Amino acid sequence: MFVLITYDVNTETVEGKKRLRKVAKMCVNYGQRVQNSVFECVIEPAKFKEVQHRLQEIINKDKDSLRFYYLGNNYKNKVEHIGAKTSLDIEGTIII
Amino acid sequence: MRKLLNTLYVTSADAYLSLDGENIVVLKNEAEVMRLPLHNLEGVVTFGYVGASPALMGACAKKNISLCFMTQSGNFRGQFVGKVRGNVTLRKTQYFMSEDNNTSALLARNFILGKIFNSKWVIERAIRDYALRLDVAKLKKVSYNLSNSLNLIKGCVDLEQLRGFEGEAASQYFSVFDDLILQQKESFYFAQRNKRPPLDNVNAMLSFVYTLLTNDVASALETVGLDPYVGFLHRDRPGRASLALDLMEELRSVFADRFVLSLINKRIVNASGFVKKENGAVIMDDDTRKTILSKWQERKKEELKHPFLEEKIEWGLVPYAQSMLLARCIRGDLEEYPPFLWK
Repeated sequence: MFVLITYDVNTETVEGKKRLRKVAKMCVNYGQRVQNSVFECVIEPAKFKEVQHRLQEIINKDKDSLRFYYLGNNYKNKVEHIGAKTSLDIEGTIII
Repeated sequence: MRKLLNTLYVTSADAYLSLDGENIVVLKNEAEVMRLPLHNLEGVVTFGYVGASPALMGACAKKNISLCFMTQSGNFRGQFVGKVRGNVTLRKTQYFMSEDNNTSALLARNFILGKIFNSKWVIERAIRDYALRLDVAKLKKVSYNLSNSLNLIKGCVDLEQLRGFEGEAASQYFSVFDDLILQQKESFYFAQRNKRPPLDNVNAMLSFVYTLLTNDVASALETVGLDPYVGFLHRDRPGRASLALDLMEELRSVFADRFVLSLINKRIVNASGFVKKENGAVIMDDDTRKTILSKWQERKKEELKHPFLEEKIEWGLVPYAQSMLLARCIRGDLEEYPPFLWK
């Protein structure tokens, strides 16, 4: 399935900046960074639960927020991109 | 059924593969050119002098991602395999059975039956689709001969005899292979199968695609816990993945040969992509290799209904499905190994 993860981490404090870094690092592990705080993940549901759990442990629920958008399996016609930074089609042919 | 994941092909010789967190990162001149999460991959195949960091190798081994190194021309060089996995009992049974000529022959017979049945249907398909452009009488005759071979093999339980029948049928099939090439005849022709090195464009492509297929089959066998090096039809030889070659027999014609034919007939490859060396060897240029790889990957995603499992799966999972059936047969859960019969 395809999940979009976005987050907002309050960075007014030192701890906040630390959390932001940790959240970003965790998201990079599982998905593709398409914008600064937006990640696209092509991921198995079970694996995704794991990510969700690990992210929840990092954030401060009073100050930060996480949003998950479930786009299912037929996501290709649900995403449109304009401008720079095109993404890599992770299920397509990858040759470098 | 398992999910078909992606394979990363690295064809640029100056790339270096490394690990960062859960990502595989491709570096060129120490600059990052690609990054993707490991859980989206089931294999990495590199061509040329690319290196991979030990950390990445470790992560691949742990996550069961096959890491395979080939030369620029697509010859298999080596594979990084992690801890020996799977089931010891299964593997021991496999060794035991391979020592025994009778059980080997029973399995080998089914591999060959699959092979000849599929070759026959590749020819029958061509007759059906291009009856007006082909020498139908000649093809029908070969198809008839192949049917005969099938009948002979059905009753045969002698390994040497089986090998003989197989050789005979293979030469029958290859005798009309050239007829199946419908386009670009001046640069793509097939006289006979030759390898190490391939001497014409068609053989160069066949060799390359067979290597890709062997690699897929060997990793599929590995995933179900069988040893790809101990075969039943092919004899053991150091460094040769005999069981992978056994299991490939039935897939060669439908999977690899038809793929090569369609690349030529649809004019996806052309003569300018091939170079002839002084010693007669033919090699492909980088662009042709890339085209073949990307088409190969597309082909693997096409779906079909598995004739035995009666389940809809991708072509890329066929080697896995067959390995699973073979493992079940070795374990004794299936009475006989059901070859992959395509029509």
